[in-house]
Amino acid sequence: MVAVTLWGSLRRFTGGEGQVEVEARNFKELLDRLAETYPGLKPQIDRGVSLALDGRIYREAWFTEIGPDSEVVLMPYMTGG
Amino acid sequence: MALDSSSKRVFKVVGTRPPRPDGVDKVTGRALYGADVSAPGMLVGRILRSPHAHARIRAIDTTAAEALPGVKAVVTARDFARLEGDKIIDMGEDRTSLRDVRDNCLARDKALYDGHAVAAVAALTPEIARAALKLIAVDYEILPHVIDVDAAMRPDAPVVLAGRAHENVPGGMSPNVTNHSEFGHGDLEAGFAQADRIVERSFTTAATHQGYIEPHACLASVTGDGRADLWCCTQGQYNVRDICADLMGMQASQLRVTASEIGGGFGGKTVVFIEPVALLLARKSGRPVKIVMSREEVFRATGPTVSASIDVRIGMARDGRITAGEAVLRYSGGAFPCETVDMGAQAAFACYDLRAVRTLGWNVLTNRPKEAAYRAPGAPQAIYAVESVVDELCQGFGLDPLEVRLKNAARKGTKSSYGPTFEAIGLEATLEAAKAHPHYSAPLGPGQGRGLSAGFWFNFGGNTSVSLSVNTDGTVGITEGNPDIGGSRASISLMAAEELGIPYERVRTAIADTSSLGHNDVTDGSRVTFAVGLATIKAARDAKQKMCARAARIWGIDEEAVLWEDGAAKPSGPNAGDFPPMTLAEIAAVSFKTGGPIAGHNEAHADGAGVSFGVHICDVEVDRETGATKVLRYTVIQDAGKAVHPDYVEGQMQGGAVQGIGWALNEEYIYGEDGRLQNAGFLDYRVPVASDLPNIDTVILEIPNPGHPYGVRGVGETPIVPPLAALSNAVSRAIGQRMTRLPMSPPRVLEAINAGR
Amino acid sequence: MKTIQVATTINGDSAEFVCGHDETLLDALRNRLGLTGAKEGCGTGDCGACSVRLDDRLVCSCLVLAAEAEGARIDTIEGLAQGETLHPLQQSFIDLAALQCGICTPGILVAAKALLDRNPEPTDTEIRYWLAGNLCRCTGYDKIVRAVQDAAAKMRSA
Ligand code: FES
Ligand code: FES
Repeated sequence: MVAVTLWGSLRRFTGGEGQVEVEARNFKELLDRLAETYPGLKPQIDRGVSLALDGRIYREAWFTEIGPDSEVVLMPYMTGG
Repeated sequence: MALDSSSKRVFKVVGTRPPRPDGVDKVTGRALYGADVSAPGMLVGRILRSPHAHARIRAIDTTAAEALPGVKAVVTARDFARLEGDKIIDMGEDRTSLRDVRDNCLARDKALYDGHAVAAVAALTPEIARAALKLIAVDYEILPHVIDVDAAMRPDAPVVLAGRAHENVPGGMSPNVTNHSEFGHGDLEAGFAQADRIVERSFTTAATHQGYIEPHACLASVTGDGRADLWCCTQGQYNVRDICADLMGMQASQLRVTASEIGGGFGGKTVVFIEPVALLLARKSGRPVKIVMSREEVFRATGPTVSASIDVRIGMARDGRITAGEAVLRYSGGAFPCETVDMGAQAAFACYDLRAVRTLGWNVLTNRPKEAAYRAPGAPQAIYAVESVVDELCQGFGLDPLEVRLKNAARKGTKSSYGPTFEAIGLEATLEAAKAHPHYSAPLGPGQGRGLSAGFWFNFGGNTSVSLSVNTDGTVGITEGNPDIGGSRASISLMAAEELGIPYERVRTAIADTSSLGHNDVTDGSRVTFAVGLATIKAARDAKQKMCARAARIWGIDEEAVLWEDGAAKPSGPNAGDFPPMTLAEIAAVSFKTGGPIAGHNEAHADGAGVSFGVHICDVEVDRETGATKVLRYTVIQDAGKAVHPDYVEGQMQGGAVQGIGWALNEEYIYGEDGRLQNAGFLDYRVPVASDLPNIDTVILEIPNPGHPYGVRGVGETPIVPPLAALSNAVSRAIGQRMTRLPMSPPRVLEAINAGR
Repeated sequence: MKTIQVATTINGDSAEFVCGHDETLLDALRNRLGLTGAKEGCGTGDCGACSVRLDDRLVCSCLVLAAEAEGARIDTIEGLAQGETLHPLQQSFIDLAALQCGICTPGILVAAKALLDRNPEPTDTEIRYWLAGNLCRCTGYDKIVRAVQDAAAKMRSA
């Protein structure tokens, strides 16, 4: 199980939980499980999200592996200028 | 081949300051920018713009314009291809709906801001085109408009666009509110309970423009068999191609987009405005069409930043420890939805190690042009507000603002205000360097004030393709796909030379059109030196591997027994064989006989760009009679990870700082009661000029980014973040009144001085 | 539309062109003579990107009518280098990284040349005030001022 930290405004879609656990070995599985388990998160996931793995931010990298003790934080899709 | 570790590496070429490859072209006037090319039979394209801030378009009658001799085509939004469904596209600044891009290029049902394009003509001459625009009859039904972000949030505000709110917006709000986000952790109330002092303030910042000196320009041609060519000044030719192809109903492969030299962008040229319109006109007229925006059009219709209204509340213990921080950000990104506030809400407290922190963000629609990215989009406003309140707390306790920041600085292992735990970061070192800098301890004169601010930006990598060819004469050509805004061709050549072990002078880097190289994300997010550099290093390693293989065959030994060192293939040890090293030039010279041309390439999505921090120190003197602020001294300290070409790193730091100074002191979009922009020109929208400024001192720190083989971090965006608060803190201290509105134009400063009398 | 015939000298060469009666010198240079080194940043005299010299006077060519060039001598960025040899200002701008995007550079070089012609040893402040009509959005001006000083020093010792 991977513990995923969500940002505050997503808690509405997880019954108030700021951290949820899903079974996933990589980002793709993680996003799929999140969208299945918490359908309210799907629109945001479809719009785009980033994931921080042990402090490093990834924009779209489905096959990035997640270790069992990794710190995983969901973030909005990162943008710049 | 494994990536070397960055920290111990001794560089030979990277870190030097050779002349840039495009230098001579640019100092002789030879370099070709967006407006500098022409085509035989070319027509002039001109755009008709709404004079109203908000109006329904009942009808557009173009018959009279079409009948004017010399007019070859007139187009409106109806000429765009029908879009099946919508699509989210990455425009650098945020992910924007393709429909919104289309409707911004040519208004469909409503004109949403003063300057919104409604129709366009192509004609033989500029005079005819201008006359034709006057003959287009647009039947407008004028609607009530809203310009101010706070006003637009009220339930009874005029509705800019309905039905565009994301699911994250709670019910019952104005339809203008389209996005909401919340970040943070910890128990806020407990944190505030531990504070010895709590300061709560509200701030506003005006929308500002990127102010690139080159207006948008493009030249489009479409042939009868459905192929098209587009030349334009853009930060990302691939994005331009994808968007234009979709809007035109074309295949991406049939549209070739070539990026001209670009006369500044800063985020503002990640977006399309005129390109699809020029293509429509070219298709309809059957002739090449050139559109060049006027400066007025640039101001009225291209990307300013968000305008913002912000509340900040911070609690501090007597010893300077911040016990809790909270911010509410209300951003308006103009007439179409955007999510820039998410970035601001994440960045607001990123410089601090806090146990209790919360930021709330709201995006609100107003009748202003759609926001476009501008260096670290969303961060300067939020950090300005936070750094102002921190400064006020320091003043209240009589504490040194630098010591307070050091005490609370985010460091490796800190749980950041936006969630993840920081890897190695350079904030503490940057603050220490600021403390040690003579500027920080220099005495101040009467009427002067010193301001300090830290700043932060994320930086990104992204999709990148690079191809590297080894020529038979021992030189190397690199093809990359990111327009060079600030010397990146030099930096890319430096990294290739470093990796291959050859002199910089033997490498030439060129920028590809969309048909010559695979996809590259736009030049944004400070990504180029990081991500293109990474791909270049990998492409060079690919080529080195091939050259080692060639040498191995020539020597008749195993590939594994050959290594690359100092620009040559060498047997890896005495057991491998006793052969003199073969240089790159020697291997290249015989390449046609040893298996054919040698090239390396890399296509990847780069992540791990590494966040970057900066600290700015600023001294000002305020004229108490006029309210005018003079910047006396300015120092920028920033962590660059590794400065590949230090001149251009300094250039980014200085240029960004001065843009921030302009934002803080003078620049703003000013609207009249009628919702029209009142200062659409450089005379009234005043960007800093040379005589306004002192030298901008720079200190580059190099705390290697663990995510890059040379330790490179993006540097281009962070420098615009700290100036807003650095200036505001300096002015506030100079006049003894806390400033809470940007820009601090002389009348506002005078008002504050008088309020304090 | 009626056109006007103009005979002039550009960068030392005699040149003739026709122009509209309300056409700017900038447009004539760029569109009729193919000299696109002068840039249009604003068209209203506020940015200096279009700077050229008209009989030694530094002007914004967007504010000058093309017809005014009749009988005059015009010097543009294209004439600053002597063949292959760059003017010291051009060389110093490259050496000291005084340009990023480079769109302001032609105008700034023309203006800086005009300054050094009349004042070979300017102070930083004099340079900053002289160039106050030339906007640069990329560099923050720091390296531009240094490059002008560097070129001035080299020209004095040449
Ligand atoms: S274009 Fe002439 S001054 Fe700007
Ligand atoms: S270098 Fe870009 S405007 Fe000066």
